[in-house]
Amino acid sequence: MTAKNDTGTLEINLNRKDFVSDQEVRWCPGCGDYAILAQMQKMVPNLGIPREKFVFVSGIGCSSRFPYYMNTFGFHTIHGRAPAVATGIKLANPDLKVFVITGDGDGLSIGGNHLIHCIRRNVDLTIVLFNNRIYGLTKGQFSPTSEMGKKTKSTPYGSVDNSINPLCVAIASEATFVARSIDIDTKHLGEILERAANHRGISFVEVYQNCNIFNDGAFTDFTERSKRSDHVLYLEDGQPMRFGKDKEKGIALRGMTPEIVEVGENHSVEDLLIHEETSPEPTLAYLLTRLNYPNFPVPVGVFRNVEKPEYSDLCQDQSRQAQEKEGKGNLEKLLHSGDTWTVT
Amino acid sequence: MSTETETSAATVETHKPSVEIGSAVIRFAGDSGDGMQLTGTQFTNTSAVFGNDISTLPDFPAEIRAPAGSLPGVSGFQINFGSHEIRTPGDQPDVLIAMNPAALKVNVGDLVEGGTIIVNEDSFQATNLDKAGYTENPLENGSLESFRVLKTPLTSLTLEAIKASGLDRKQGQRCKNFFALGIVYWMYDRPFDHTVNWIKSKFERNPSIVEANVAALKAGYYYAETTEIFTTHYSIRKANLAPGKYRNVTGNQAIALGAVTAMEKSGRELFYGSYPITPASDILHELARYKKFGVKTFQAEDEIAAIGAALGASFAGDLALTGTSGPGIALKSEFIGLAVMTELPLVIVNIQRGGPSTGLPTKTEQSDLFQAVYGRNGECPVPVLAPGTPGDCFWIAIEAFRIAMRYMTPVLILSDGYLANGSEPWMIPEINDIPDLCFPNATDPENFQPYSRDKETLARPWAVPGTPQLEHRIGGLEKQDITGNVSYDPQNHDYMVRLRAKKVAQITQDIPPTEIYGEPEGDALIVGWGGTHGAITSATELLRAKGLSVSSIQIRHINPLPPDLKDIFSRFKKVFVAEINMGQLWTLLRSTYLIDAISINQVRGKPFTIREISQQVESHL
Repeated sequence: MTAKNDTGTLEINLNRKDFVSDQEVRWCPGCGDYAILAQMQKMVPNLGIPREKFVFVSGIGCSSRFPYYMNTFGFHTIHGRAPAVATGIKLANPDLKVFVITGDGDGLSIGGNHLIHCIRRNVDLTIVLFNNRIYGLTKGQFSPTSEMGKKTKSTPYGSVDNSINPLCVAIASEATFVARSIDIDTKHLGEILERAANHRGISFVEVYQNCNIFNDGAFTDFTERSKRSDHVLYLEDGQPMRFGKDKEKGIALRGMTPEIVEVGENHSVEDLLIHEETSPEPTLAYLLTRLNYPNFPVPVGVFRNVEKPEYSDLCQDQSRQAQEKEGKGNLEKLLHSGDTWTVT
Repeated sequence: MSTETETSAATVETHKPSVEIGSAVIRFAGDSGDGMQLTGTQFTNTSAVFGNDISTLPDFPAEIRAPAGSLPGVSGFQINFGSHEIRTPGDQPDVLIAMNPAALKVNVGDLVEGGTIIVNEDSFQATNLDKAGYTENPLENGSLESFRVLKTPLTSLTLEAIKASGLDRKQGQRCKNFFALGIVYWMYDRPFDHTVNWIKSKFERNPSIVEANVAALKAGYYYAETTEIFTTHYSIRKANLAPGKYRNVTGNQAIALGAVTAMEKSGRELFYGSYPITPASDILHELARYKKFGVKTFQAEDEIAAIGAALGASFAGDLALTGTSGPGIALKSEFIGLAVMTELPLVIVNIQRGGPSTGLPTKTEQSDLFQAVYGRNGECPVPVLAPGTPGDCFWIAIEAFRIAMRYMTPVLILSDGYLANGSEPWMIPEINDIPDLCFPNATDPENFQPYSRDKETLARPWAVPGTPQLEHRIGGLEKQDITGNVSYDPQNHDYMVRLRAKKVAQITQDIPPTEIYGEPEGDALIVGWGGTHGAITSATELLRAKGLSVSSIQIRHINPLPPDLKDIFSRFKKVFVAEINMGQLWTLLRSTYLIDAISINQVRGKPFTIREISQQVESHL
């Protein structure tokens, strides 16, 4: 793989193997995490960034072991707090390419607060949330994304908690890039990760990830290859929302309510909703996050992709402007500021 | 002695007798909206610039504006100023300025017998008396007979004085604190032009407010000079401070200045992560102003994110600082553990306040020592430092950063509300005299191992992201010695636990010999830490003046403890430990040195008075 770095002068020849660490991967055999790791290792050389500038930050949980397997700088922090650590890293050195790897428990339960604030600040981070709708590392309790009624070790009579939708949270927090993909749809996953990584500002990617030990098949009803065409809506910017083997179905709006229509006699392609990921208003993106199996196909792809000033840039600008206006800080002057007097 | 600021005016000719005294303690007290903190600060700065030694104690309620005239709404500011060394804000005020009945009621009990009370007579009306819980007017029922009460209609006099400014009645009344300040300036023969200049620059954009406040200040001054109720005024000479250039600093300002100095001396950028909390927020306010130095301040969404971002910044090579108070430390504890495990330099400031839980947010206490030394899961050693005076906060901040980088460890600073808000004259150091804090990043890829050790300090290399070929992973899981890889090996864990403990324990090699105030041996040794330093030293001085064999020491390094303590303790018959908690250092010293020390303690949210300490020590001798 050949690419250019940010100065555009040096050739950077990196490939997937350069990003594979010497640590033995210890997820359960068959875990969806393997696929995400593989796509990440395959994708990052495309970014044209020197390896030493990558930092992978994670919290706690199965997914959070991820940094150990990337041959980059990595920080396996504490439960739910990776966005905070990543923000500090980015502010300390805005030149770094920083990823946050989190899960549904880590990012939305214990770390929900950090997630929304990190997103609203629009820090230049790529957050990948592995959603398996279960606590895996602690061996099978329901998570914030588990469906209501779910029977788990901690809910033998079924969960009475309403679940939370990660993308709704991201959009409500004013995320500038919001996307979803599926662990076993490797090609799509790789493309989405690359688009997210190339976004300047916060990028948030939810990946449906199968936990074959504690929540096996959570997504198979719509993610299995044979079912995808009928049950997954691949979002494409500027394109009408169509799905089905022959793209014979589509999503239209009746008033504010989305509905599935057959393209043909009663409806033409012109009746379908057009996806507009760069729309300044997040209303459509939000509406799409509400489409769910089995009533609707599950949308994947980029929901929202807008530009806004980035946090570390704003911080640096403020310092630069202060220096231009007031001159560079002088310690001697600072210590001697205010009322002073001399004793001889 | 010369002065940088003009002090020429206001040596107004006065025909009343002037009495020279050595020191005085005055307390300004009023509603939290009466501007008492501002008034006290103005008196402090004027006295400092004048050349007195000073110590201050702001004492304000946790509520921003408790109901006007109520007892909980009373805000106070005490200052002790003198021509000799001043170490505490003073045990008892000589003069109380009470702006309303509630302020009188809350504070009169502290006043020295025969002391002076200046009251705003206008506010002693039925409603205010009622709010303060007075059933009859204390100015008229003889209950204040043992004091000299100077009844002054501050509100009406102020309104009269500011007429020309055009302010309405409501705005005009707000100037009465300056009228009161004018009176006190006259009483203690202080120039008022420092405050006039301050008013002019503070309210630059509002000429009528400048005019009114200056008018009120001057009117107060001349009122005291001409009215017969003020009979005497006092002069207090300049103090005999060590030669040098001085300014006034509070503990929180000094920590901020120390951090910026450490930044300059280290050649790194300073990152301050914090979440608003009393009484630590002023550090954030101060550092947020220093953008032109490249200081990065991050007001996080919570205490945990504040330290998390700071630790991230440290990983990426910044000089990282986070500040809070006790409840915030509780939230940060897990991250402190991660900093210990990942061996990254990070300074954590705890401005202690009354606890437990939310406790007494605006009152001082020293009850987080156990939390600092022990309050984390696992074997989790963290160096702990404690400044003794507001000015010492500057030096302790620099020392904390030095230890953090030299040993690659988080370091805790235990300041407290009293040091944070209290102020003292501070000799401005020569920047060139402060040693460099140059601890370079690792850059050499040859044989790089993230958990290899420096032979002398046991520090691991600081290998920051962006450095070619030093890519590595760290985290909270136990580390394999040298490689830093995750390890569950029992032998390795035992080894690493002991290694981390040893690394912190051997910081004793950097601790200078403990200074003893008084003789190096004797009947009694008073041991203190943190903001009790002034009271303990003065109590020791008092007892020695009585001919008793008493010495005292101040412990700045709480963990590890100074290596010479055992020897020092052995030379005294009795060891006392004075602290504002239930005996936390006392317990630590007893368990460490197996000495039968005696605890002197109180937890009233206020600093020790000198007598509280001296009387208790004396009773044991």
